[in-house]
Amino acid sequence: MTMPDDTIVEVRGVGKLYEGGVEALRGVTLAFPRGRLSTLLGPSGCGKTTLLKIIAGLIRPNAGEIRVNGRRVEGPGPERAFVFQDFALLPWASVLRNVAFGLELRGVPPEQRHEIARRQIAEVGLGGFESSYPNQLSGGMKQRVGLARALAVDADIILMDEPFSSVDEQTRRKFQEDLLDLLEHRRKTVIFVTHSIEEAAYLSDQIVLLSPRPGTVSRIIRPEIERGKGPDEIRRDRRYLDTVDEIWQILKQYVA
Amino acid sequence: MMLSVRKIPVVFSLVIWAAVWEIVGRAGLSTIIPPLSRIVTAAVTVLPTEKFATAALISLRSFALGMAFALIIGIPLGILMARVRGLGRILGMWVNIFVSAPISALVPILMSVVGIGETTVVVTVFLFAVFVIVLDTQVGVAHADRSLVEMARSFGARRHQIYAKVLILSALPEILAGVRLGAIRGVKGVVIGQLLVAIIGVGELFDLYSQYFLMEEFWALVLIVFLFAFAVSEAIAAIERRVEYYASAR
Repeated sequence: MTMPDDTIVEVRGVGKLYEGGVEALRGVTLAFPRGRLSTLLGPSGCGKTTLLKIIAGLIRPNAGEIRVNGRRVEGPGPERAFVFQDFALLPWASVLRNVAFGLELRGVPPEQRHEIARRQIAEVGLGGFESSYPNQLSGGMKQRVGLARALAVDADIILMDEPFSSVDEQTRRKFQEDLLDLLEHRRKTVIFVTHSIEEAAYLSDQIVLLSPRPGTVSRIIRPEIERGKGPDEIRRDRRYLDTVDEIWQILKQYVA
Repeated sequence: MMLSVRKIPVVFSLVIWAAVWEIVGRAGLSTIIPPLSRIVTAAVTVLPTEKFATAALISLRSFALGMAFALIIGIPLGILMARVRGLGRILGMWVNIFVSAPISALVPILMSVVGIGETTVVVTVFLFAVFVIVLDTQVGVAHADRSLVEMARSFGARRHQIYAKVLILSALPEILAGVRLGAIRGVKGVVIGQLLVAIIGVGELFDLYSQYFLMEEFWALVLIVFLFAFAVSEAIAAIERRVEYYASAR
């Protein structure tokens, strides 16, 4: 496989063996193009979340390394921000403080970080909820808070771990479209873990298919779906449907 | 309306309890139980005396010192026990033994070690309060949401930030519950410590009243100590309720 010229994240021969002998990943080598949305897709237990957390610097691999902008990853860094599957919002803090939390940890003064947070809250469509608490929000709204928090620290790379898995289908579709809109404006690199074939095909510039445990790269697909069209047209697009089918043909063999 | 209906029984039972006491006291069934009205009168006369003020001051100081040590040692120890594997297991056994052990039985031994005086009372308060604080803090921190810690790490939190901005806040409801239970036990500690030492503070008064069979004053003092413990507990509970509100979505 040839590496694209403008690679932002490189995964080189990464392997992960958990205590207790579970081998989550083996010899994973990958490149993520800058300013694109890549998804990690595969059956449950294939190590996609593990790989994402290794890229985030939250888990140390047993073998191989991650390079971001050519620099070896030793832990979390300001150029990467994480959006969690379970939202991971501070229940005692308002939406405003939650969104500003990454900046608070970096020591940005309150006035400045709250101004940035307010902007991000408006951008993800939660204007007016600044002083609400997480338990007053729906799942979809909580995940928007999680996304706003990741956007607030202005990282180049946004790592999303099944962000829509616990929200209902309408919310999910609306959120997917908003996400695509947002990415077009902000030129972020997104690495996105999902187990939904449709979601991967709909959102991605690059789809990485992982095999079951131990996870290895099974196939890389670049759908090249025209993004100019509306969401409903994309879902009827020939390329989109072919991509969904192609992925299913591969994943089918993993389903016992 | 529902609120007032629910509130009636509590007050009502207090009224009945007071009435029964008054009747039993007036019937003169036992010299140990004087009528409640006379106890209240005694309380009113005891409260402004200098003797009571001195006793109360000594007792409050012992209570405050013992509680301060219990908080300063108990909370960090509980946090450490939750975070350092092994430490929690080794010390956990001892904390669990001491939380249910009859600490009062140890006071005479304490007296022979630290001497008869205020120090013994402070140590007694500390021992009464500290273990439940350690235990509750440990449980709270151990049950803190792991994904919140991971989130903080992913945004570059340093170790002290994870403790200050995530773990302690996350465990605050349990820590406060421990502090409240510890404070209630601490009040018991003051009284028991001073009773056994018998020469200082409220304990001295208790001893004096029972020796001279001043039952009205004795019960008045019981009432005052009880009300103090109740007030401390309610004050901490009020803080707890505020915190519970924010933590309700955990």
